[in-house]
Amino acid sequence: MKYGPLIFLAALLAMAGSWMGLVLVPQLQVGELVQTNTVPENATYPLARPGLASEGLQVYRANGCASCHTEQLGQTSTTCEVVLAAVGTNQSALLSALLKVKPELGEATAKTMLTELPQTVLVATNREDADAVAKDLGVGGAKARIRIVPQGPDLARGWGKRRTVAEDFLFDYPVMLGEVRIGPDLADVGTRRPDPNWHLRHLYAPQIEVKGSVMPPYRFLFETRRIDQAPSPDALSLPPQLAAKPGYEIVPRPAAKALVAYLASLRVDASLFVAPYSVATPAATNQPAASTNSAASASTNSPPK
Amino acid sequence: MNERPSLSPGTNLVAPPTVSDLELSCRLPLLVLFISAAVWFFIGSLCALLVSIKFHAPAFLAEPAWLTYGRLRPAGFDAFLYGGCLQAGLGVGIWLLADLGRTLAPRLALTWGAAFWNFAVTIGFLGVLAGDSTGFVGLEMPSYSAVPLFVGYVLLGVFSVLLFHRRRDPVAFPSQWLLLAALFWFPWIYSTAELLLVAYPVRGVAQAVIDWWYSNNLSVVWLTLAGFAAVFYMVARHARRPLHSHYLALMVFWLMLLFVSWAGIPNSAPVPVWMPTASTIATVLLVIPIIALALNVHGTLAGNYAVLRGNAPLQFVLFGVAAFVAANLMRVCGTLADSGQELHFTWFTVATRQLHAYGFFAMVMFGAVYEILPRIMGLAFPWPRLVRLHFGLAAAGIVLLVVPLGIAGVVQDFQLLNPSVPFLDISRTSLAFLRVSTIGDLLLAASQFLFLGNVLALVAQFYRVRTKAAYLLVTADLFKPAGAKV
Repeated sequence: MKYGPLIFLAALLAMAGSWMGLVLVPQLQVGELVQTNTVPENATYPLARPGLASEGLQVYRANGCASCHTEQLGQTSTTCEVVLAAVGTNQSALLSALLKVKPELGEATAKTMLTELPQTVLVATNREDADAVAKDLGVGGAKARIRIVPQGPDLARGWGKRRTVAEDFLFDYPVMLGEVRIGPDLADVGTRRPDPNWHLRHLYAPQIEVKGSVMPPYRFLFETRRIDQAPSPDALSLPPQLAAKPGYEIVPRPAAKALVAYLASLRVDASLFVAPYSVATPAATNQPAASTNSAASASTNSPPK
Repeated sequence: MNERPSLSPGTNLVAPPTVSDLELSCRLPLLVLFISAAVWFFIGSLCALLVSIKFHAPAFLAEPAWLTYGRLRPAGFDAFLYGGCLQAGLGVGIWLLADLGRTLAPRLALTWGAAFWNFAVTIGFLGVLAGDSTGFVGLEMPSYSAVPLFVGYVLLGVFSVLLFHRRRDPVAFPSQWLLLAALFWFPWIYSTAELLLVAYPVRGVAQAVIDWWYSNNLSVVWLTLAGFAAVFYMVARHARRPLHSHYLALMVFWLMLLFVSWAGIPNSAPVPVWMPTASTIATVLLVIPIIALALNVHGTLAGNYAVLRGNAPLQFVLFGVAAFVAANLMRVCGTLADSGQELHFTWFTVATRQLHAYGFFAMVMFGAVYEILPRIMGLAFPWPRLVRLHFGLAAAGIVLLVVPLGIAGVVQDFQLLNPSVPFLDISRTSLAFLRVSTIGDLLLAASQFLFLGNVLALVAQFYRVRTKAAYLLVTADLFKPAGAKV
C-alpha cells in the first residue's frame, strides 16, 4: 500500500477537523460563557441552583429522567406587540394617531380604550411596523411600548416564554437536555407547576395527578412509616385507595425533596439579550430628535435600565 | 490449546476439527468475544423488552429503584452497544485483519483485552442500574468502568493494528482501511468524551455538544466503518469476485471521516446556530455514502444474487445493507423535514437509531459471526434451521420495531406542532404504535436467545466431537484386540 502513510495522515487530519469543529471551538465559544445580565432588569443571570436543587439534579441524573423529558424549548420566530402605556398631554392628537393605526375601532371605542391603559394596540407584527406605530402613537408625551413575543409550538403549548439558551445551563453538571419527549418538556416546569406537593404526589403516583400518564411511579423515593406522635407535616395527602394504613404515613425521602427542589428551580423566565421576551421598549427612543415633544418625552421616559 | 498435537489430522479414528494455524490462532479470543457479545445482545434485548412493557403498565417493575425506566433503558442500550455491537465488531475486525493479511493473531493479548472489555461493560452496566450513570447519552457507563474499558480497548486495538501492520500482502483491501480508521477513531472519541465530560468536565452546554459529537461518531461513523468492513468482506467472498469498485469504497471512507463526523447536533439545541447548521449539512451529505455503499454492494453481487439462496450469513449481511440505506435515508429526510424543530424529539429518532444499530450493524455482525465461527471451530452449526429461524425472527422483529415507531414519530411531530392538541393525547396516540413495537421487541429478544443458543450449541458440538476423538484415541488399544478376535 504505497499511499499508506498518506491515507493515515489524511485520516488524522479528518479526525482533527471534526474534533476542532465540534469539540474545541464549542468549548471556546460556549464553554467559556460567563454570567450575563437580564434585560432590562440588569440582574445577574444565571445564579447557581440552590444546594438542595443541585442535589436534585443528581437524583434526576441517577434515575435517568432525561430518558423521557427534554429541557430544550424551540422558538421559530418572534413577533412584536405595541402596548400603549400612558396617554400623555395631547389626548386628541393621540386619538387621531390611534384611529390612523386602527381605523376599524371607531372614535367611541378608541376613546374608551384610552381610559383603560395599558392597552395592546397591535399584535403579531414585525419590528419595523411596531417601531413605526410606536413612533406614530408617541405624540404629546404618550408612551407606546414594544413588547417582544417569542413564537413557536413549544411556547404556544405553554411550556415556556422563550427558547432555552446556553446561559440557562451554565452551572449544571451534567447538562441533560434530553432527546425524546415521551413526557412534556421540563425546561420551565418551575414556573408552570410551582406547587411542591403536586410534584411529590405526582412522583408517588403520577396517574392521580395526570390521568392516562405513562410515567412510572417513583415509590422508592418515599417511605411509609409509623406516625410517631404527631403526623409529619411532609406526609403526602393521597386519595383513600393509595393512602397508608391507619397509624402510618407516607413521607418523601430526602432524594424526593431534592428532586422536587430541582424541578422548582427549572425556570427560563429571565429575559436575556440573546433571547429577549416581553421587553417594553420606550417609544421615545424611536422618535426623531426634532419632534416637538422630544424634550418632554425624553425627560419622562427613563432610558432602559 | 496445548492438546493440539493429540488431535492432529493424522488420527483417523474420527474426523477431528481441522483448521489452519491462522484459524486456530483466532479461536480463543474470537470465542470469548463472540460468546460474550451474544450474552450482551441477549441482556440488552431483555432490557429493551422490559422497558417496552413499561409503557403499557407504568407500574410494571417500577419498584426496585434499579429497574426503573430511566435506569433500565440506558443500561440495556449500553449493554447492546458496548457489550454487543462494539465487542462483536472488534471480534469480526480481528478476524478480517488476520484473514485478509494472512497473519496469526496474538491469542493471549487479545483474550486479555476481551476480558478487560467485558469486565468494564459488566461494572458499567451494573453501575448504571445502581444509579451511577454519568447522565450523558451514549456514555452513561460510570467513570470507574472507563479505565478497564480503555485498557481492554488498547489491548484489542493495538494488537489489531499490529495484525494489519504484519500483513503478507502489501495491497490493502478496502475492509482493511475501514477497520484501521475505526480502530483509531474509537480511542480518539472515547478519550475526548471521557476526559472532557467526566474527568475534567467542561462548563455548561459545551458538555451537551461534546456528548452529541461523541454519540454521533460512535453510533454513525464507527458503526458504519466497522460494519461496512464486514459487509465488503462477506459480499466479495460470497460473490467470489473482487469488490466492485475500490474508488467508491475510498470515497465512502473519506466522506464518513471528513463530513459525517460533524453530524449529530439537533436543530433545537440551545447553542450558537452554526453548530446545528454544520450538523445538518453533514447529515445531508450522508446521501453520497449511502448511494456509494449501496452501488458498491450491488455492483459486486450483480447477476449473482442467486448466492443468497439458503445462505444465512449473506442474508443477514444484505438485510443489514438494506437497513443501512433505510436508516440513513430516514436520518437525512428527518433532518430536512425538521423545520418545525419537533421531529427529532419524537419516536422517529428512536426508530432511526434502532434501525441503524440493530437493523444494520447487529445484523451484519450476526452474519459475520455465522460465517466466521464455523471456520475457526472447523465445524458447521449443528442446527442450520435455527440459524435461519434467527434470521427470520430478527428481521421481523426489526421491521415490527422500527416501522411503528417511525410512523408514531411522524404523527407525534404533527401533533407537537399543533399546540391545540393536549400533550396527553399525543402520548395516547403513540401508545397504539408502541403496542406493535413491543411485539417487535419480543421477537428480537427471542432471536437473541436463539443467537446465543446457536453459538453455544456450536461450542458444545465442538467439545463433543473433541471428547469423542480423545476417548477413541485413548481407548483405541482396548478396542483393537477385541476387534481382531472377531
